[in-house]
Amino acid sequence: MKRLFLLAVLAASVPLYAQQPAPDSANASSQADSRIRVLEEQVRTLTEQVTLLRAEMQSLHQTKAPGPGQPDRLLLASSRIEPGSLAPSPKDAAAASAPSASAASVEPPPPQVAQTQTYGGATSNAKLLNPDISLIGDFVGAAGHNNVTPGRSLEMHESEVGMQAIIDPYARADAFLSFGEEGVNVEEAYITFTSLPAGLLLKVGKMRAEFGKVNTIHNHALQYIDRPLATNNLVGGEDGIDDAGISLTRFLPAPKNWFAEGTAQVFRGDSDDVFTANRRQDLSVVGHLRAYRDLNESTNIDLGLSYARGHNNSGALTSDPSAFLTNLYGADATLRWKPLRRAIYNSFLFRTELFWSARDQLSALNALQTQHAFGMYTHAEYRLNRRWTVGGRFDRSGRADNATLTDTGFSGILTYWPSEFSQIRGQYRYGHLFETATSRYDNANEFLFQFLFVMGAHGAHPF
Amino acid sequence: MSVTKSSARFVSVLTAFALLLCVCVSPTNAAGKLQVMTATTDLAALAQQIGGDKVDVESIAKGYQDPHFVEAKPSFLLKLRRADLLIVVGLELEIGWLPPLITQSTNPKIQVGAPGYFDASRFAKILEIPTGAVTRAEGDVHPQGNPHYWLDPENGLRIAKAIADKFSEMRPADASYFAQRYSEFEQKLKQSDQQWQAQMKPYAGRKIVTYHRSWPNFAEHFGLNVVGYVEPRPGIPPSPQHTVELIGQMKRDNVKVIVVEPYFDLKTPNSIARETGGTVVVLMPSVGGEKEITDYFKLFDYDIAKLKQTFDTTK
Repeated sequence: MKRLFLLAVLAASVPLYAQQPAPDSANASSQADSRIRVLEEQVRTLTEQVTLLRAEMQSLHQTKAPGPGQPDRLLLASSRIEPGSLAPSPKDAAAASAPSASAASVEPPPPQVAQTQTYGGATSNAKLLNPDISLIGDFVGAAGHNNVTPGRSLEMHESEVGMQAIIDPYARADAFLSFGEEGVNVEEAYITFTSLPAGLLLKVGKMRAEFGKVNTIHNHALQYIDRPLATNNLVGGEDGIDDAGISLTRFLPAPKNWFAEGTAQVFRGDSDDVFTANRRQDLSVVGHLRAYRDLNESTNIDLGLSYARGHNNSGALTSDPSAFLTNLYGADATLRWKPLRRAIYNSFLFRTELFWSARDQLSALNALQTQHAFGMYTHAEYRLNRRWTVGGRFDRSGRADNATLTDTGFSGILTYWPSEFSQIRGQYRYGHLFETATSRYDNANEFLFQFLFVMGAHGAHPF
Repeated sequence: MSVTKSSARFVSVLTAFALLLCVCVSPTNAAGKLQVMTATTDLAALAQQIGGDKVDVESIAKGYQDPHFVEAKPSFLLKLRRADLLIVVGLELEIGWLPPLITQSTNPKIQVGAPGYFDASRFAKILEIPTGAVTRAEGDVHPQGNPHYWLDPENGLRIAKAIADKFSEMRPADASYFAQRYSEFEQKLKQSDQQWQAQMKPYAGRKIVTYHRSWPNFAEHFGLNVVGYVEPRPGIPPSPQHTVELIGQMKRDNVKVIVVEPYFDLKTPNSIARETGGTVVVLMPSVGGEKEITDYFKLFDYDIAKLKQTFDTTK
């Protein structure tokens, strides 16, 4: 019974509750009415605006389509699309809005939202914040006779992945990972601080040392397939001086019209077979001075002096392995000619680099002696037309560990460029090389060929 | 001991380099004229129009040079390091040469994103923005649109306005000077444009062939119809097959005018002209392409006069 009563009370209270606001009902309905009226008003305004926008779009389409029969187009007829960039005179504005004058009472809303899509080059949504990623394939083949430094018949020599991005307002970073036949090598990965005081440029990471010219250039950016003999004999082979360290570069005061720059670098001291850090203190240093001058707008000269010093591995079995040092000295000179009006068709480059190596090692009598070896190469290249370049290189170099042995060679190089993004190269290479196994000089005659291809956005190389 | 000796030598070498680098104090720019560098001569011309004698303007590329292939010579660094403002075309036109110059300039003011880095493409109307998949099968495409946008006077005006705003922001004391110069420029450009439009009116809808895709904005503004290109794809040199196709197309469509930029070889265009009975005309895409083209107005004066002459002599 109690339950029934409760239910009854509940049932009775519902309508009671519902009737409670009854005294205000007239007021509420008038409120709702007015709200509906407001909404109706809004719908009407919106409809008007839609018609207006339609007319606007139509008029835009008409003004965009060029062609005969069109009345003289107003300069900047479409300029009001972009507020802020232009301030059209009242006359223009009036004329421009003329097609939609039927609803002139309402201020036409500027349709910039729809239009910004066609504007603003910086809206590259596809890239977002990814770095610029590229891959450069370097396929090399060799045929002919070479007993001293035989290359493989066919090899995917290197697939270099590059990632480059601006890190923050103060720095950018570049990384190049080289996938070769034997594994992966971080060829370079460094951060560059671009906003330091006093005009300093600081690079930190693993990088190719600023020792001369050819040492700084990636394989795929060389104008020949192999590296010069002097690089192989004296400056660490294919990778060259490429080590983890810190680099500081600065413009130097120079006479008028000259550009001068100095670079100082400190590395851990491990670079292929040039430098070996036997202990943590065995750092290596590299210094480079560069002078550049435009002779005229097409011709320029580029001169450099380099010095590198580090410890080597020849004393590994002695009591004081860190006593064995290698000092390297380099000089480079480049002459470039590229007529600006025909830059993509003709150009000429001439480059010579000289290297001196002073390497401490044990003599046959187990005494510390220094081998003084000299090496050099000279390279010239001419661009015949947009697709073909022809070049030649002369090489001569002593061996770092035995300066009495001198290798000599020359190469003829022909390159075909299907586009900016691929190259096909052939190189005839002659070498008069010392063969250690037979202790005599051997002649090498080889034909090398190379296919290079670039995927993605590979950043520009330094000049 | 040799250990201490070698590290002492090492330290001395290091110190020598440090001294070498730090002894010389960087020359500070006197707070006089605003130092403006631009990627191309057209932007320099616009900046000069607005800046008047309150700015020093210099362009990296020359007007007769292909702006895609400029060499990043160190001599430009000397100028860039002193710049307060760097105005670039953007849309990856300068991607092959400008980024290393900006990095090596060691000038914090003009680094990408800094207040002194000014991308003019952000203020211009951009055409030929590729939609869908972008691949290099299309040649050297610019994924953000065609970067030759300055060849439309409307864009010139938009860029000039943006430059005026930038100058005023950097030198508020001279804001009214820049505003004054901008409104003079606007007036003059509107008048000139009316004349140019009038000159080009009789040729509206004319079909032309161009060497490279340098002229979409120009063609749109002056009502020309670009129907083909000497390059099979942007940045790809002419191929025999494409040339034959182009000749066929030109004969079918009765196209007689081949527009070539000053930095391209005339051999292929000339042979196409011989085959089709057409005319090759070298138009200047940039200020400074010829000695007499000293400003933005003369650029259009020159090109329109040349075009008019060509259209009149070819039927």
